[in-house]
Amino acid sequence: MSTVAGLTRATLAKDLRLEWRSKDAINSMLFFSLLVVVIFSFSFDPTAEESRRIAGGLVWVAFLFAAVVALNQTWAREMRNQVLDAYRVSPAPPNALFLAKVIGNFIFVTVLQALMTPLFIVFYNLRALGPAYQLPIVAALGTWALVVNGTFFAAMSLRTRSREIMLPLLLFPISIPALLAMVEATGAILTGEFSARFWIVLLAAYDVVFTIASLFLFGLVLQAE
Amino acid sequence: MHPAVVVAGLVKQFGRFAALRGVSAEFASGRLYAILGDNGAGKTTLLRALAGLAPPTRGSISMLGTTDLRSVCGQLGYMAHPSLLYDEMSGMENLRYFARLYEISDRAQNNKDRCADVIRAVKLDPSLTRPVGQYSQGMRQRMSLARALLNDPKILLLDEPFSNVDLRSAREMVSLLTGLRDAGKTIFVVTHQASLLEGAADEFIWMEAGQIVSRTPDLQTQESR
Repeated sequence: MSTVAGLTRATLAKDLRLEWRSKDAINSMLFFSLLVVVIFSFSFDPTAEESRRIAGGLVWVAFLFAAVVALNQTWAREMRNQVLDAYRVSPAPPNALFLAKVIGNFIFVTVLQALMTPLFIVFYNLRALGPAYQLPIVAALGTWALVVNGTFFAAMSLRTRSREIMLPLLLFPISIPALLAMVEATGAILTGEFSARFWIVLLAAYDVVFTIASLFLFGLVLQAE
Repeated sequence: MHPAVVVAGLVKQFGRFAALRGVSAEFASGRLYAILGDNGAGKTTLLRALAGLAPPTRGSISMLGTTDLRSVCGQLGYMAHPSLLYDEMSGMENLRYFARLYEISDRAQNNKDRCADVIRAVKLDPSLTRPVGQYSQGMRQRMSLARALLNDPKILLLDEPFSNVDLRSAREMVSLLTGLRDAGKTIFVVTHQASLLEGAADEFIWMEAGQIVSRTPDLQTQESR
């Protein structure tokens, strides 16, 4: 266990260092999300009440698409110079690599959310009428749901010829329950019309199930040719 | 002496194409083997199979007395055609990360010392701070060899270690390899520059169409075939 924790830390530190130097993922995600915010704000002219109703969907779709960019980057980095093979021939456990990638992606998407949320609030005139303290919980659980599946399926599509297309094809259908929960929970908190509790519990359960399943199966994905 | 590697009826197919067609051979420990052959003869596939990166379609591989290659992967060193290094990190940063994968030492200073030793062994400067992406091709090859030596492996699998390396550096690499062989390591070198290993390799193995067609103690006998 300490080996997995130590290697996860080392791999995460390496990934953060690489991202700090290249800024590949964060720049692409920021640019993409910014485009979504600006274009949608010009396309619609909603009232404050309408904004609260559609914002959940808008925000999470923007983060979902932006996350796909980061997810592709995270493995593309391992494919350059076939560095992944160096990990595969080592005795290091596959789970350490997977966990480091998931935590790394979680950090990248959280940074993106921290930067983009004020813009969403300004452009869409948002104010929570429900319990606002639940928003960070939904954000954390929702982001984890996106990155845990995304990291797994990005690894699966790594050796396919058109992996940029393959990832959304694999990821989006399986993320529908999580996406629905994120959108409904966010909508519930913003409008204050109903409780978000059921959707938060659903998200948490989704996270637990898919984290365990991904950890269990990642070894097979890593060793696949 | 107990053979270091035994392959029996090794077949590796990629779809309908058989890259290895029933390779059977024994390789004694403490010897340097040069694997030769035209492009597409199956040399790299054989090396990848030994490294555990290309599981056999049929047949078996036994290394250091076991067929469970995962259990001995910590005693293998693998150098591929690509560098297996992160371009954005310096040589020392790369090696310190890979050292963690082999649990060389949790203590930072020991880890650093080991990395510096192998970098010096391939005649590079451990204090070089520029990223590997800015190295010359020859320097990258030598750093890649340093990575393969990091865990002090019993078996070294080297794919084209001399390509793009100047003659003087290539001779230094050969001298390093013979020293390692004399220290008891078993070394496999896939190369198109067989003459560099004349007088150094214990055996020249010629592959053709996925099979070993001859094994000779010197290059002249091999070439006269």
